[in-house]
Amino acid sequence: MNDILIRNGRVIDPANGLDEVTDVAITAGKIVRVGPCRAAAKQIIDADGQIVAPGLIDLHVHCREPGHEEEETIASAAGAAVAGGFTTVLAMPNTHPPADDERAINYVLQRAGEADLARVLPVGCITKDRAGKELAEMGMMAAAGAVAFSDDGDGVASSLVMQRALQYAGNLGIPLMQHCQDPELMAGVMNSGPVAVRLGLGGIAASGEQIMLRRDLELVARTQGAYHVQHISTSGSANLLRAAKADGLAVSGEVTCHHLLLTDAACAGYDSKYKVSPPLRTASDVEALRRAVADGTIDCLATDHAPHSKEEKELEFGLAPFGIIALDCALGLFIKALVETGLCDWPTLIERMTAGPARVIGRPLGTLATGALADVTIIDPAANWTVDTNTFVSLSRNCPYHGWKLTGRATTTIVGGKVKYRLVDK
Amino acid sequence: MAKKLSTSSRKTKSVPAQAAAEPAPEALVWRRKDLLGLDELSPAEITHILDTAETFKEVSTRSIKKVPALRGKVVALMFFEDSTRTRMSFELAASRLSADTLLFTSKGSSVTKGETTLDTARNVAAMGVDIFVIRHGQSGAPHLLASNLQASVVNAGDGSHEHPTQGLLDIFTMRQRLGGIEGLKVALVGDIAHSRVARSNILGLTKLGAQVTVVGPPTLVPAAIASMGCTVCTSLDEVLGEVDVINMLRIQFERFGGGLFPSLREYSRLYGMNGQRLKRCKKDVLIMHPGPINRGVEITSDVADGPNSCILQQVTNGLAIRMAVLYLVSQGNE
Ligand SMILES: [Zn+2]
Ligand SMILES: [Zn+2]
Repeated sequence: MNDILIRNGRVIDPANGLDEVTDVAITAGKIVRVGPCRAAAKQIIDADGQIVAPGLIDLHVHCREPGHEEEETIASAAGAAVAGGFTTVLAMPNTHPPADDERAINYVLQRAGEADLARVLPVGCITKDRAGKELAEMGMMAAAGAVAFSDDGDGVASSLVMQRALQYAGNLGIPLMQHCQDPELMAGVMNSGPVAVRLGLGGIAASGEQIMLRRDLELVARTQGAYHVQHISTSGSANLLRAAKADGLAVSGEVTCHHLLLTDAACAGYDSKYKVSPPLRTASDVEALRRAVADGTIDCLATDHAPHSKEEKELEFGLAPFGIIALDCALGLFIKALVETGLCDWPTLIERMTAGPARVIGRPLGTLATGALADVTIIDPAANWTVDTNTFVSLSRNCPYHGWKLTGRATTTIVGGKVKYRLVDK
Repeated sequence: MAKKLSTSSRKTKSVPAQAAAEPAPEALVWRRKDLLGLDELSPAEITHILDTAETFKEVSTRSIKKVPALRGKVVALMFFEDSTRTRMSFELAASRLSADTLLFTSKGSSVTKGETTLDTARNVAAMGVDIFVIRHGQSGAPHLLASNLQASVVNAGDGSHEHPTQGLLDIFTMRQRLGGIEGLKVALVGDIAHSRVARSNILGLTKLGAQVTVVGPPTLVPAAIASMGCTVCTSLDEVLGEVDVINMLRIQFERFGGGLFPSLREYSRLYGMNGQRLKRCKKDVLIMHPGPINRGVEITSDVADGPNSCILQQVTNGLAIRMAVLYLVSQGNE
């Protein structure tokens, strides 16, 4: 007898080119059958009218533990993840202290295991203490279970250190993830342009991101490293990535919901909820990024879920920390930016949230293939709902989408064959 | 006088769309609880402040220089950043309106002391404050207070954003000396990138129909400033003969370490106002400076103290403008 039988859903499994109304059977934590199934099951989920997808993966989440457990913990982030339809999230290492050794990697895995909600996969630092000077112990972190390396929050400024990191991590078969931002061109707090000038706020130019990306691509071409550019925010970066892929480089990229939906005009009222790094750019950047997702230049969608306390965000715009949370509502936001605009169909959207990110980290996730881990997200594509940050599982509330009306949300999230989340109302 | 000027201001091209819905200037009833910048004001509202200041100007000529307009009200002067002049001007303005004043000063960021700006303000607000006058090093700090406090908030200079009362007193002085604003050609010279005085001048002047040119080295003049409706020029000599007003901004010595221009010497050679340059200007050109002046750097003494200068008049007018603003926001919050 199967543990779970999901009946009559529109099963979309981009990894296997599948898009048809059928059943999915789960037993012992694995997918055992995708196809018509009459067998009995302990639990039957009627997915009529809904989409049955591989579990969604978010490559970019800040869990804040250790160091800022009042803002988020590994458990609360994992809870927000399953509530948002994510079955796997990557935990960025810019915690306090930073996750730059095997002990820190073990800690994340242990806390994630205790929470037993979404899979939380640890990312280790590229450099010791995120200082950008010496390589962190990547080999030992990889052995402990780190799935990628990043100094997120900062880019690795030294070309020499970055070159060595690409060589070293490439040898381990683990991707480097880069927060592209030339630190010397990072004096500002929002996108450089007319809005910043009018507000009297320091600008962060698009070139600061593109300069580092350009340099990194040059280094990737000379090394064996696999390279992933985090939260692309400009049309220029999308073009660089497109050209690098055409040249056959082992590169991938992600974009956040913020950069697909909001522009720097949102900062006009000095509301620090819109302060994010990289900053919100222009309407033409948003348009270019959406198209880059559609044409596959950008491989995956991420939240860069960055929790901050109310006290911190109640500061002046210039002093408030960068960051927006989105795990709880991201799926609906991506649907709005990509499906409702007609730029992506459902299989494409789901590919960018499942098989795409799984490919980046080279893990056997993001598929409904027989024998795969039973990570499944069931989505009601017609559900109309309003973002209410009061209902968020995340411990923080720094989310500018409160009150937004969205269509489409996860109704059931299954991780390793166990239902971790079911939408109760409606 | 009020009618003539407010009527002319209605014809300006740069009136934002929402301003069209404003009532006729004659019927203008002040409704704003705060004065955060000239960005949000319609031409009619700007003119209304200037006209109100006109009526308060007379108070300073009386033997007893006080009116009871704000009797029983409390004005808190929150100066998170040093500015003796602006503070004294606001303090005197409040006292001439018979308000009680509270003074808070703190060098640098309050965050370094462990208390946030908003917390500090909330604490002061608990003493029953009606109007906050805030000077802060961070752009948008007055907006943070305005959206979180019941009291009125007057921006006395925030970061590199706006200094609306300085902008208003500059415009008031130009109107007084030159008879009107529409059609005036005004040059703003210096560190435009970081100058809140420049922003308030650009916004106010263009709304009232003046043509503004900003002048300075490219490192101090962001190209995107043109989106605010002004022209950008990197040569002072190029604009000298064409302008009616030259408003010299203060060079902020604290920024010299930033390498924004090669040297003070080179700056004053290229962008300083001196007797030589004055000769190439229109005969009745108006020379302005928000003070305090770095004599010999942005302006030489012969020009600063000469007949074309209105620097001290600006200071006098500042008082009337601040009285008008305090009075109006208090009306707007009733
Ligand atoms: Zn980042
Ligand atoms: Zn991040």
